Amino acid sequence: MRSYVPAYEMEAPRDLSAALERMAREPGVWKPFAGGTDLMVLLEAGKLPHRKFLSIWGLPELRGIEVIPAHVTLGALTTYTELRRHEIIAREFPLLCQAAAETGSIATQNRGTLGGNIVNASPAADSPPALFVYDAELELVSTSGARWVPYHGFWSGYKQMDLRSDELIRRIRLPREKTGWKQYYRKVGTRRAQAISKVCFAGAARVEASRIVDVRIALGSVAPTVVRAVATEKTLRGERLSPAILSAAQEVLAREIAPIDDMRSTARYRRRVAQNLLAEFCEALSA
Amino acid sequence: MPEAARKIRVQCVINGRATTLETYPMARLLDVLREQAGLAGTKEGCGEGECGACSIEMDGALVNSCLVPALQAEGAKIRTIEGLADDSRLHAVQQAFLTHGGAQCGICTPGMILAAVNLLARNPHPSEAEIREGLSGNLCRCTGYTKIFASIVEACRDAGKRA
Repeated sequence: MRSYVPAYEMEAPRDLSAALERMAREPGVWKPFAGGTDLMVLLEAGKLPHRKFLSIWGLPELRGIEVIPAHVTLGALTTYTELRRHEIIAREFPLLCQAAAETGSIATQNRGTLGGNIVNASPAADSPPALFVYDAELELVSTSGARWVPYHGFWSGYKQMDLRSDELIRRIRLPREKTGWKQYYRKVGTRRAQAISKVCFAGAARVEASRIVDVRIALGSVAPTVVRAVATEKTLRGERLSPAILSAAQEVLAREIAPIDDMRSTARYRRRVAQNLLAEFCEALSA
Repeated sequence: MPEAARKIRVQCVINGRATTLETYPMARLLDVLREQAGLAGTKEGCGEGECGACSIEMDGALVNSCLVPALQAEGAKIRTIEGLADDSRLHAVQQAFLTHGGAQCGICTPGMILAAVNLLARNPHPSEAEIREGLSGNLCRCTGYTKIFASIVEACRDAGKRA
């Protein structure tokens, strides 16, 4: 049942420091609210327990895509539409572009933000696997300053993350070092648009003379958070591509992930599809 | 449940007219448009951003109005289905829907038309695949997609004339 709207407070701080001051003064009371593509769904379903929100949608300090030689920095409010339209993202971070294109619909892509996707922490989120593969880092800010943390390790469990109640994500940084890598992304769902994934796979590898010099693999919808398949990466790293090494990696992957049965799919299906996507990724590496 | 929020005034421009709305900050823009601005052309389908029936344009971007809290409409330029026709002359997409029977029960129609108009504004000559993508967030419960698609293909031919 729909929530009782007058019970929900929302304010629009005039700038980022006003927002951070509010969050510092009353810790845990005011939650940032960006494009609303997840929170408004909870409101409609009567499942939004939090009552006080700070609308950060209008804060220019959280917007913009900055490119310097070492990395690309994305404001936390960067929308999927902005990602899709950015030439350098399309060229150097194609998995992120593809993830953005496969997230929701055009209307969702116009309002959904990268920072929101990270903090909402859905295990089925589409952009985090790509961000993991690119070794993304997050800048967390509060009135006491800013800190950069690696995105891998930011989540510690289902909707659990290394983010204090007075902090928010300001920027996401992607090192520009995977340009020579072969890259692969595939989202498996019931429908090409709108559907939430059953399994989502992002991978990138540096291959020299058919040897995998370095590799990153991350998956969505197979564990309580989006996960990087570190053990599977380790199995592949340094190896020559072969049916034997692929099947060894598939074994490791099946043990490394922890999918569940739910309304969208079964654990068995997800495990098998994850292994098949690994095979398709390896096939793409040898092409 | 206690009433905690106070009503706020939201100033925005709806279909070219400066408007002040008085509402709760987290009221859905969809409800405010329908109930307070009297613009009932925008429909509610699923209420959770899946079906696109409540699509409107906000500052030129297609959005699901069921997912926009009223407070975030402050200062926005909003266009709804009521703002497409130019006096008595229908927008090319509306005309094409009439000609091709693109509307069946009508619930999805305003959203479909907004999505198509928004697509043509960004891309006046979309390919078939681009039309399918542009409309992929809009569901028709009558499943009458063939005629909807035909309407938009037809409107594309006319798109350059009135965007």
